[in-house]
Amino acid sequence: MTDVLVCIKRVPGASGEVLLSDDGQRVDARHVGWTLSAHEECAIELATQVAGATGGTATVLTVGSADAIEQLRDALALGCDRAVLVEAETDRFGPVDVAAAIAEVVRAHEAAGTSYGLVLLGNDAADTGDFQVPVRLAYALARPVVTGIATCTVEGDLVVAHGDGPDGPETFELPVPAVVAVMEGGVAPRYPSVMGRMKAKKVAIEQVAAEIEPVGSGRVRLTLPPEQPSQVQVLGQGADAAPAVVDLLEELGMVSR
Amino acid sequence: MIAVLVETDADGVLVVSQEALTFGRGLAERAGGVPLHAVAVGRPGEEPPAVVLAQLGEQGVASVHHVVDDRLTAYSAAAWAAALVDVAHSAGAAVVLAAGTPRGNEVLAHTATRLDVAMAANVVGIDAVGADPGDPLIVTRQVVGGAVLEQMQLGDTVAVLSVAGHAVEPAAAATATTPEVVEFSPTMTDADLVARVVRTGEKVPDASGALTSARVVVGAGRGAGSADGFKDVVRLSELLGGAVGVSRVVTSLGWRPHHEQVGQTGSRISPDLYIACGISGAIQHWAGCSSAKTILAVNTDPDAPMVTRAHYAVIGDLHEIVPAINDELDARRT
Ligand SMILES: Cc1cc2nc3c(=O)[nH]c(=O)nc-3n(C[C@H](O)[C@H](O)[C@H](O)COP(=O)(O)OP(=O)(O)OC[C@H]3O[C@@H](n4cnc5c(N)ncnc54)[C@H](O)[C@@H]3O)c2cc1C
Ligand SMILES: Nc1ncnc2c1ncn2[C@@H]1O[C@H](COP(=O)(O)O)[C@@H](O)[C@H]1O
Repeated sequence: MTDVLVCIKRVPGASGEVLLSDDGQRVDARHVGWTLSAHEECAIELATQVAGATGGTATVLTVGSADAIEQLRDALALGCDRAVLVEAETDRFGPVDVAAAIAEVVRAHEAAGTSYGLVLLGNDAADTGDFQVPVRLAYALARPVVTGIATCTVEGDLVVAHGDGPDGPETFELPVPAVVAVMEGGVAPRYPSVMGRMKAKKVAIEQVAAEIEPVGSGRVRLTLPPEQPSQVQVLGQGADAAPAVVDLLEELGMVSR
Repeated sequence: MIAVLVETDADGVLVVSQEALTFGRGLAERAGGVPLHAVAVGRPGEEPPAVVLAQLGEQGVASVHHVVDDRLTAYSAAAWAAALVDVAHSAGAAVVLAAGTPRGNEVLAHTATRLDVAMAANVVGIDAVGADPGDPLIVTRQVVGGAVLEQMQLGDTVAVLSVAGHAVEPAAAATATTPEVVEFSPTMTDADLVARVVRTGEKVPDASGALTSARVVVGAGRGAGSADGFKDVVRLSELLGGAVGVSRVVTSLGWRPHHEQVGQTGSRISPDLYIACGISGAIQHWAGCSSAKTILAVNTDPDAPMVTRAHYAVIGDLHEIVPAINDELDARRT
């Protein structure tokens, strides 16, 4: 039986125009809304798979504001059994701080009788992209860690993890308990069922406050990259443009005649 | 000293590691000409290959710390980090950097944690190098998949950073060097070897190889509408002898396999021509196709980012336009 913890983050949606707050300290998600990143959707899928296969539980955790309950409910709807909100002003949190806050919960739950044999995270957060929380968490808990993992299973006392290395597909075998950072592409995240959504609404979410003095992220300010002026040449509208397209293909030497 | 972790393959130093070296050299020059060192993991009993030494010399590397140890034959991030930490301490590194590859970021995260310092991932530029040792280094890095830039301060004794792909072009130093090779075996514990590769499978060259090496890529996104909506796009790629590339929406919906995905979390392509049909051109997609020489967008929305950033565009429904292009190609062929 493996109890799995999966760590997720509420991040701005990816499509649409990203704006910044006036002080350049945070992303303004007014037009894009909030979501979960794809790596973490895959981590949730793997967490429920491992929990299901071993008869354990899947607990989802986030460190953030109370608004992130929305993302916890989404994960519950996808099959997680329990949820933890570590409430914190995460604006000034760096990866060291997030890892410390997660480690605190892992230790507290262990003291209360639930030890997580596997902690899953995304490879990198869709917003800050620090590539660090999983590794820093592993050191804080003195557990082995691998990142960039596509699929993993727990077999007895081993976490067997597969990823794509520079020389071909790689397999790692880590003794339980271990930390694994998941990269999208290995499993297909499922869509929440109506039943799942209903169930998710009823789960009581554990809420704790992060008891740490943040070291911070080193952020000075955010800026938007300059937009390049458009140079596009429109070849036409609809099917009528086909001859112009093929002229272009010929000009570029793409068609052999 | 500035230490750059370099990754190599049969052809020598990876292009992204050459970019990291060029980036490191720029930083070394701005810091008043501090030496540039490379760290490379080698095979026990073997010298660094001549091609690697030549490429490092071209980048102006003064010393190569050649890590040779039987225990490092199978990759383990913790063991590689142990080696970097040793070099940082013994040779006195002010900055440790690597290319922002999966391996680079993984090893640097271990390294920063072991050194108990901050790390900046996906750095694209340097804003300030303090005049005195110990002054903060201020960098700009990509966040939100490249849609936003973050200015970040690295104030610690050792600055750890990964360099984003394409942040700089690899360029030779004004004067080439003959790097001194320093062989060493890092201090490691058994714990550093726990998470190592136990098996490496056959590389499947065709999975995304066809896509990354194609001269023409015909791409399609959500605008294709369904798994069946790719027929004409596939046909066009065949007529042009190219490959099919897709957006993440398409792979997430299961319309096409993941190895066809172009973008930040898919393949980075640099064909002569990219025909992007029904793809909005989100920044994460753009990250994978911006190196295409020519881009032709086919989209119903004239304001889609893919259209405004493309060289050429056709406005309208891809299901009408692509078959018409195919017909025109067939007609001109006969
Ligand atoms: C961390 C992270 C990593 C990501 N990595 C990637 C990645 O690697 N690759 C990637 O692609 N995305 C990636 N994304 C997702 C990305 O943000 C976008 O959501 C995605 O690229 C959008 O795909 P799309 O353009 O197919 O769909 P949409 O954004 O929905 O755009 C569809 C486009 O098709 C046009 N259209 C609709 N119907 C037609 C028609 N009949 N004919 C012609 N045009 C039509 C529309 O005008 C629109 O422009 C990532 C996101 C995150 C957060
Ligand atoms: N605030 C957070 N709460 C919970 N998990 C997080 C948080 N921030 C990051 N993570 C996890 O750590 C992974 C890597 O994040 P990062 O190191 O910030 O790129 C993410 O994909 C998440 O799984």
